[in-house]
Amino acid sequence: MKNYIKYIAVLSLGFGFVACEPEFDTPIDENNFYTSGEADFSNYVSVGNSLTAGFADGTLYRTGQENSYPNIMAQQFALAGGGSFTQPLMNDNIGGLLLGGLQLPGFNPRFVLATDENGNPGPAIINQSPTTEVSNILSGPFNNVGVPGARSFDLLFPGYGNIAGLTTTPISANPYFVRFASSSDATVIGDAVAQNPSFFSLWIGNNDILGYATSGGSGVDQTGNFDPSTYASNDITDPNVFAGAYSQMVETLVAGGADGVLVNIPDVTSIPFFTTVPTQSIPLDAPTATFLNDNFGLYNTVVLPTLVSFGIITAEEAASRTINFVEGVNFPIMTDDDLTDVSAILQGPPVNLDAATANLLGQLRQATSADILPLTAAGVLGTTVNNDPTLINGVSVPLADQFVLTVAEQARVAVAQASYNATIQAVASANGLAFADARTGLQQVANGGVSYNGGVLTSTFVTGGGFSLDGVHPTPRGYAFTANLILDAINSKYGSNIPGVDIGNFSSITISND
Amino acid sequence: MRKVVSVFVLMLVCAVTYAGGYRVSLQGNRALAMGHTGVAVVNNAELAFFNPAGLVHLENKLNISVGGFGVFSDVAFQNEQFGQATQTDSPVGTPLYLYASYKLNEKFALGLAVYTPYGSTVEYPTDWAGSHLVNNIELQAIYVQPSFSWEVVEDRFSIGGGPILAIGSVNFNRNLSRNLTDLEGNRSNVTIDASGILEFGWTVGALLNLDNQDKWKLGFNYRSLIDVEVEAGDGEAVFSNVPNSPLAPIANGTFDFTASLPLPAEWTVGLSYRPNEKWLLAFDYNYAEWSAYNSLDLEFLNTDGSVALESINPRNYKNASTYRFGAQYSPSKKFDLRVGYYFDESPVQAGFFAPETPRNDSNGFTGGFTYNINDKFAIDASFLYLRFKEIDASYDAFTETDGTPAPFGGTYKSSAFAPGIGLSYKL
Repeated sequence: MKNYIKYIAVLSLGFGFVACEPEFDTPIDENNFYTSGEADFSNYVSVGNSLTAGFADGTLYRTGQENSYPNIMAQQFALAGGGSFTQPLMNDNIGGLLLGGLQLPGFNPRFVLATDENGNPGPAIINQSPTTEVSNILSGPFNNVGVPGARSFDLLFPGYGNIAGLTTTPISANPYFVRFASSSDATVIGDAVAQNPSFFSLWIGNNDILGYATSGGSGVDQTGNFDPSTYASNDITDPNVFAGAYSQMVETLVAGGADGVLVNIPDVTSIPFFTTVPTQSIPLDAPTATFLNDNFGLYNTVVLPTLVSFGIITAEEAASRTINFVEGVNFPIMTDDDLTDVSAILQGPPVNLDAATANLLGQLRQATSADILPLTAAGVLGTTVNNDPTLINGVSVPLADQFVLTVAEQARVAVAQASYNATIQAVASANGLAFADARTGLQQVANGGVSYNGGVLTSTFVTGGGFSLDGVHPTPRGYAFTANLILDAINSKYGSNIPGVDIGNFSSITISND
Repeated sequence: MRKVVSVFVLMLVCAVTYAGGYRVSLQGNRALAMGHTGVAVVNNAELAFFNPAGLVHLENKLNISVGGFGVFSDVAFQNEQFGQATQTDSPVGTPLYLYASYKLNEKFALGLAVYTPYGSTVEYPTDWAGSHLVNNIELQAIYVQPSFSWEVVEDRFSIGGGPILAIGSVNFNRNLSRNLTDLEGNRSNVTIDASGILEFGWTVGALLNLDNQDKWKLGFNYRSLIDVEVEAGDGEAVFSNVPNSPLAPIANGTFDFTASLPLPAEWTVGLSYRPNEKWLLAFDYNYAEWSAYNSLDLEFLNTDGSVALESINPRNYKNASTYRFGAQYSPSKKFDLRVGYYFDESPVQAGFFAPETPRNDSNGFTGGFTYNINDKFAIDASFLYLRFKEIDASYDAFTETDGTPAPFGGTYKSSAFAPGIGLSYKL
């Protein structure tokens, strides 16, 4: 009897051992299944702007930060020796900033996709108040030192995180950096390097052209001006200033022996902010078109030929300034500050126009298919001025400069971008760093989209899945796509095999009627 | 004895588990120890489940058998492409049984069986990679089955059978989609809960003595399909963390729901051979008509009865066979030793491997013993080790709301271990 029990016990024991935990032949979470290759992800620090911070829907908020591409990458790095990854989390999922209890102008709560009383969906700012107080300084350091709004040279500027700089004129600090700067004279790069990163990512330069583009080119192309302290936020940074700042940052970051990845600048004109509003956007019936053409008849047939005959404008410019409406959908009229300003001349002989009309015609032309209307134009096109039914924006009142990114303005952006990107790639190569081509990635998203398990990621506004409701910044799914793109670049440079993420598991836009 | 205790302690230590599959073949300690054979084995009251036709052949007037099992079962999942790795953390399942038979005379016997033929408890970490398919599920069907047994031809042929009352319950939670959340980032999910659903079925069996020496027996048993139909009002579905928007598929709150889950028909033919007093060999062939499980469809209802949301989950199971072998050796009057083996074919077809029943083909190894305390009481003990090969599998029938398929898959590895203990009484 005793013997039997012994045998049974031994037998059971054997079965008990094999039965316990189901074990894979090759478990992916053990035995260095994933490796970091030549890189070391134990202390990853991400440096950049809003894209790095996880900005979306016009602001920074917690779930956006949790889905920032650096955080997504850090979760994957953890499979191959990556350490913890901390972020300067906002106080809520509302977004927007307070300073001294008052909302900071321009730092609004997030957009959500809401429905109106008829059930029609559209982006709307959430009806909740921000709770993130800028003066509530967080104690870092934080692995993610992405600062929304930062341009290249801003990352090197001591005082960019100084709360006193928020109330100077012009404002010299960035409230997002104020929240977690290590000291009032800290630089973003300094706070990054102080963490002795073993690996870093740097994605900066987008805002060196983006502000100019989103403002419809109302800023200044500062090419040739080497003093960034004189730049306004809507200006284009001089390519040499960018190159200098960029090289200096990378040298600082690699000085401690860190490996890293540099990310280039996507085409700003492929984001939904610039692809959603069609330029040809004014529907007219035949009588209205005729009526409008009659109104511009004198301008077309007398004023413009006269200006040409006096040698003030070329025949080519006169042709571009000719206004012609037809039955159907028309291009709006607009003010183009790259045209010769003839408002003063028109008030003199022989035309002798009144000041109001002269100013209206001063830099007037009709938009063409090559011009781009930013998302902000959607709220202006076809609306009336002062409730006057004869004053219609885009029809009888030219669209202001900030509502059109003209061909000439697009060219300035493209030239600067190309220069920045050449710098980024050259610096990556010179320092033996990985180079992620976000520009090509975004082009794929914008031109036909990128397939993933469960759909196709496109840059179509609201429905494409790639871009949040501000039309500029990605959704979590878009950030996941970005993370995969950067991980690919890292893997191919350093011989690591960090897996990408399933981007279908990441959300796109947020629906809410709150 | 101390060793036996330590074995059980060890089992408890590694008991981070759940039960895989939803047919639970744990209907008796004696049968399980022999590979869960029993259609042609006349042994004790477990026959009330395996083949009521045999009850009339039990020697004693009154036979009672009670017992239960601890099911320690786990599933590991990993996806190499995305670096996802998960293991379930399911509670220990404890299917119980009670069987009794009473011999009215030499020709007739009555029986009662209470058992749990279907059930599944799987608990994944909340919001794991496959959480749009299942976070956790607890499914159970208890059968209560009175039966008769009639010896039609003396010492040759008997039949038996009876009605079955099935008592079903289900508790199931999954996320609504792969990415829908509320404003705070909490995943939108639904919990459905229903219990005490009553349905009826029946069973019938036959037992044939192939020779006059009581050496060869051939048995047959059939249990009917029982569809567990959840009607409006039987249970509730609670939706949580759904964003406040008419664009969301449904609103937060409690809804009635309808659903239907088949408990498939099963027939078994078995052969037993008793060459002498010491040995008994048995073979059973099971055929489960799983093709009844075509799709798990749920409708969530508004208060006016209209459909608020529909959930169609194709399953496309196929009929499946199980081959069972068992042997019993009785070295003395006090003691019976048993071993067994079975091969269990999975009803799950390629492309329909849903993580709520992550079941591929398995090999079951069993063993056990009976210790006869005296003429009346006996202790029955058994164990099952169910071995699954690791399998690369996916569930391809999930679609996004726009209809785009979004397969979910990876590598699965299951294991299950079920020790059992029971008591038999005869008078």
